[in-house]
Amino acid sequence: MRRAVLIAVPYLWLLALFLVPFAIVFKVSLSDTALAIPPYTPTLKDGFGALISGLDFENFVFLTQDDLYWKAYVSSLQIAFFSTIVTLLVGYPMAYAMARAPEEWRPTLMMLVILPFWTSFLIRVYAWVGILSTEGFLNQFLLWTGIIDTPLTILNTNWAVYIGIVYTYLPFMILPIYAALERLDESLIEAAEDLGCSRMQAFWLVTIPLSRNGIVAGCFLVFIPALGEFVIPSLLGGSGTLMIGKVLFEEFFANRDWPVASAVAVILLLILIIPIILFQRNEQRQQEAEQ
Amino acid sequence: MAQTVFAPWDDPQQKPLIQFVGVTKRFGDFVAIDDLTQDIYEREFFALLGPSGCGKTTMMRMLAGFEAPTEGSILLSGQDIAGVPPNKRAVNMMFQSYALFPHLTVWDNIAFGLRRSDMPKDAIAARVEEMLKLTRLSKFGRRKPHQISGGQRQRVALARSLAKAPKLLLLDEPLGALDKKLRQDTQFELMDIQETTGTTFVIVTHDQEEAMTVASRVAVMDEGRIIQVATPEKIYEAPNSVYVADFIGDVNILEGTAKANGPESYAIDWGGAEPATATSARPFSDGQKAHLAIRPEKIAISAERPADAANAVQGKVLDIAYLGNLSTYHVELPTGQVIKAQSANTRRVSRRAYTWEDPVWLSWSATAGVLLES
Ligand SMILES: Nc1ncnc2c1ncn2[C@@H]1O[C@H](COP(=O)(O)OP(=O)(O)OP(=O)(O)O)[C@@H](O)[C@H]1O
Ligand SMILES: [Mg+2]
Repeated sequence: MRRAVLIAVPYLWLLALFLVPFAIVFKVSLSDTALAIPPYTPTLKDGFGALISGLDFENFVFLTQDDLYWKAYVSSLQIAFFSTIVTLLVGYPMAYAMARAPEEWRPTLMMLVILPFWTSFLIRVYAWVGILSTEGFLNQFLLWTGIIDTPLTILNTNWAVYIGIVYTYLPFMILPIYAALERLDESLIEAAEDLGCSRMQAFWLVTIPLSRNGIVAGCFLVFIPALGEFVIPSLLGGSGTLMIGKVLFEEFFANRDWPVASAVAVILLLILIIPIILFQRNEQRQQEAEQ
Repeated sequence: MAQTVFAPWDDPQQKPLIQFVGVTKRFGDFVAIDDLTQDIYEREFFALLGPSGCGKTTMMRMLAGFEAPTEGSILLSGQDIAGVPPNKRAVNMMFQSYALFPHLTVWDNIAFGLRRSDMPKDAIAARVEEMLKLTRLSKFGRRKPHQISGGQRQRVALARSLAKAPKLLLLDEPLGALDKKLRQDTQFELMDIQETTGTTFVIVTHDQEEAMTVASRVAVMDEGRIIQVATPEKIYEAPNSVYVADFIGDVNILEGTAKANGPESYAIDWGGAEPATATSARPFSDGQKAHLAIRPEKIAISAERPADAANAVQGKVLDIAYLGNLSTYHVELPTGQVIKAQSANTRRVSRRAYTWEDPVWLSWSATAGVLLES
């Protein structure tokens, strides 16, 4: 009985906070727009039979007809992918340095990583506008040092979006990798060196494989929100920056086309969930093969 | 045996393989190794024995290259090895914590060091199989370290350090987690390996019986210093201090003042009815404080006072510890002191000769004990 309750809690949680909202969004994606409140039809008010017969995949077909949508998906995937790589390249050495720092320093370093969360995400992204704009701090500094003599255009390009994403999601990369590295037993590195590895080889053969779980977790934590990111591309990106989060926002609020917006969201979710499920299945199979 | 005794430390012609020269290691203010000078010769089986925290692992780590001496230097074949990184030293270490790679199978753990050399693939496979067989792990090659028992893990660590057949092998408590039978087998296996490969072993152990079995020399350490280095027999029969006598095996200590009563012979007034007689090559002045250390198996127990014993005291049996092959009698003397006497159980007796509270006589010869300065 107690076991049943224990198991039921996470499932209820999943049901209430994920499956039910998803079902609603999915239902809306199968509806048609209407000038009404809510702005789609049919609704439950029309009766259950009419509701079921009124649903169709029209909106999904529409997504394949306008190339704006698939281009936005591809561009989002690209931006999310490359920013994840860059975040990993920046975050891993930071996590490594933290894990290798003297014990008494580590809580402070951890605080510093978490510190940005104390101000609003929106304000921090706005701050980047001030830094990256043509008259911003970065350009002023570079001009002053004489490295450049005409200001760089960074703001309102994809560069600014990359910078924004890497900056914002860096802690999500650092923390899981740090957790993995901190647990890593120093004597394993020593054993590797004792058996003939150079420092570098020991790093590749022992440290990286043993922090793999942290790397995977960090990459998911960065890639998933970056894919649907809306605030960063709209504040830092330019008119050429195409991201699905922005498209979704436009459809939802500018066009008030809830069914199409919902269809966009459903596809976004599938893009994320299918690879994750495949990945996990693969992991599980590997683990079973080891038994 | 026709072969000459292996004792390179007595031969001034021999060059030591390892030399510690005035090595001190400090961690902050704490002195872990205190001005240590010691030679270890090629093909030796050098055992380090000492209480927890006395610096055994630290000595090993300096040899392997993970710690640098704060002062002094360590020479390997006459070369100062300061600054030579661990991967460039012909030294392998078996870690006290095993340090097995959790992401690799037992097989890959053992092959790890071999793969770093330029050994061909099939030679590596053959060597790993050999090591698995040696440590009786053939069935577990495909498991990960977390899927095997503690003793099996220890054997994997041993196999991994043996695989590269290094010139110098450092074993930090290599057999602690094994049961007695397997431990003895592995000890003989180690001695065999040592004989066939000529590898020099430095081994840390908490088990003095093990040190006695395998070692060519035993070093007894305390607080970062080596107190005595000698062959197992010498360490046991002629300890140089009360500390060593007490640390190695069981011992009875009679404390008193010495007085010469013949050439190399002393009477020790220890508070008993009559003074004890002991021979000693080490000179003592009259009235000097001395400790007489006597091993329990050198004390005989009898119902009557033996006629010709150099030393005899009466007491009553306090306790009897039956150890299978031996029995240890704890005998309380009139002075309140408890003396341990050991006798072999040569017959399957149904009735013990002595039992609790029985009055008995303890006796030992003049050469049975070692006279030590305090
Ligand atoms: N990195 C370190 N920093 C500070 N102190 C250390 C360090 N390593 C060892 N010590 C100290 O040095 C002393 C010797 O340690 P060591 O590990 O050599 O002991 P040991 O003889 O191997 O003991 P055991 O039998 O318990 O393994 C200990 O008191 C230990 O606390
Ligand atoms: Mg130790």
